[in-house]
Amino acid sequence: MSTVRPSPTSTSDGPPPASRAPVVRVRVPQRTLGSELRAIKIVWRREIIRYFADRLRILTTLVQPLLFLFVLGSGLQQLSSAGTHGVDLKTFIYPGILAISVLFTAMFSAASIVWDREFGFLREMMVAPVRRSSIVIGKCIGGATVAGVQGVIVLCLAGLVHVPYDPLMILEILGLQLLLAFSVTAFGVMLAVRINQMQSFMGIMQMVVTPMFFISGALFPASGLPAWLTVLNRIDPLTYAVDPMRRIVFDHLNLNPLARAALDPGVHWWSFRVPTLLETAVVLVLGLGMLGVAIWEFSATE
Amino acid sequence: MSLTADSPAQEPITGPAIAVTDLVKTYGEVRAVRGVSFEVAAGEVFGFLGPNGAGKSTTINMLCTLAKPTSGRASVAGHDVVRERDDVRRNIGLVFQDPTLDGYLTAAQNLRLHAELYGVQSDLVRPRMEQVMEMVGLWERRDGVVGTFSGGMRRRLEIARGLMHSPRVLFLDEPTIGLDPQTRRSIWSYIRELQEREEITIFMTTHYMDEAEWCDRIAIMDHGEIVALDPPETLKAAVGTDRITIHTDDDDTAIAALAEQFGIEAHVSEGAIVFGIPSGEQFVPRLFAEFRVPIRSVAISRPTLDDVFMSYTGTTIRDAEEDPARHRSRVMMQMMNRR
Repeated sequence: MSTVRPSPTSTSDGPPPASRAPVVRVRVPQRTLGSELRAIKIVWRREIIRYFADRLRILTTLVQPLLFLFVLGSGLQQLSSAGTHGVDLKTFIYPGILAISVLFTAMFSAASIVWDREFGFLREMMVAPVRRSSIVIGKCIGGATVAGVQGVIVLCLAGLVHVPYDPLMILEILGLQLLLAFSVTAFGVMLAVRINQMQSFMGIMQMVVTPMFFISGALFPASGLPAWLTVLNRIDPLTYAVDPMRRIVFDHLNLNPLARAALDPGVHWWSFRVPTLLETAVVLVLGLGMLGVAIWEFSATE
Repeated sequence: MSLTADSPAQEPITGPAIAVTDLVKTYGEVRAVRGVSFEVAAGEVFGFLGPNGAGKSTTINMLCTLAKPTSGRASVAGHDVVRERDDVRRNIGLVFQDPTLDGYLTAAQNLRLHAELYGVQSDLVRPRMEQVMEMVGLWERRDGVVGTFSGGMRRRLEIARGLMHSPRVLFLDEPTIGLDPQTRRSIWSYIRELQEREEITIFMTTHYMDEAEWCDRIAIMDHGEIVALDPPETLKAAVGTDRITIHTDDDDTAIAALAEQFGIEAHVSEGAIVFGIPSGEQFVPRLFAEFRVPIRSVAISRPTLDDVFMSYTGTTIRDAEEDPARHRSRVMMQMMNRR
């Protein structure tokens, strides 16, 4: 039924016009592990490029943590000096701020999936001959990296809140921040895959992320709380990132044991004190679980 | 597919570039595509024409592996769109109706990203990028941030990007929609140049009638079915008549003479004599040779694809779009009939 055109090859039989360079032909290879890694890498790189292209975003995502640290920290100091056993309130909430600066930045990275959908770019990635999981993984690693950079900026402020610049501490914190950022990005991507509009995503962020942050114990010790808040606190995944960060920071401070016990009570499941390693594992497992859901959801969309 | 070791070129083109058999897509009660079949030969520029909602985009989405057919089969570049999804994707380029560029990145970064996603050999990324960007005249602007580009530049960049991985079939969904006439013309010249240089098959949708005439063949789609499929010339010939307009010194005598000599019924419209006749270009020499009344001027106008669309669907493309009620009532009638 099809009328075959005069053979298209006939045009290229003759010598090509002098002004034209020969056609550079490329061939798209079969999918391999290597090509998937390349896809992950480029999705990751795009996140980095976009982060550094948008200086304003670096600033805006810093504002909130800094407000909490310096305004809330200084403002409430006079009310709470008895309860903090002489420790500066800013020093106490600093580990929490380390966690939440990562939280907000990572959620922002995840939000870019919604932007990508709204502005059509997601489609470009969806039709590429790569696994959807590569795109999600690249996105999560990208989000983690970007949030890590943001975390470093907050780490630089340690001196202002009487925390020493100890290399080991910085390494441990950075590792935890990267892990947290990865998990939060996975969580954000899991939510973002189903959302078409930025406004809805921002609404969900207000509804989910802000409570997570307040309940996590970033701003108060997670002991002696009312029962309902204790339950919520133990459910909140962020709790298991804030608590180890506080412990790492406090390990490098000279505190009297009384203050340490009051300010760093640790997280207890009934009478069991959850060790740092288990806390880290909780964050990791939750992160991987949400990554799995995100990949599954992303692959299911047409 | 086998490849000779020293040939970095594409897999050889064998058989049709696109083959579609009884393709159906239903969304719940709505039958968006109702069993279409067609073939597109390698190297062809194939136009898909029809009003909005006719099923063009749904069909293109199925061919691009973005939507799963409800039933029927389709293969693109020799690969089944359902079972060999990735093979299809490796061999096609896409330019969507809506922009899909990253406005924060530069033009070159957008193309680089595409090349990496498609696994283009690293050493060929740069020369290929230069080539496709030269073609659309954007090589000088490669380091410009896409967010600052005009609509026409973005569309050109999207076409360049769709070509980065040397696809065998390029899908263009309304590539010139919303562009000014000059940009539309230049995009068409790229498309023709492409077809010559890259031996590529082009499958495009449009609802600009004048553009459809550039295609080698056209399928007209209406209400989920293909109602006509032929080269533009054949389609227009099928409409039958050309329209001939002549100016004479004595219109009344001329009309009478036309009826007497050729059996043609003519009438005066806007100060000229107008009549319809098949193969107007063959009739005009006869007219000059045999007609008694002196003729001052003559004009032949060919049927347009608008006339073609009209003759197959009973409506012009524009009317078809502006009257959603007509479509809705048809859908409702079908739903009632099925009960």
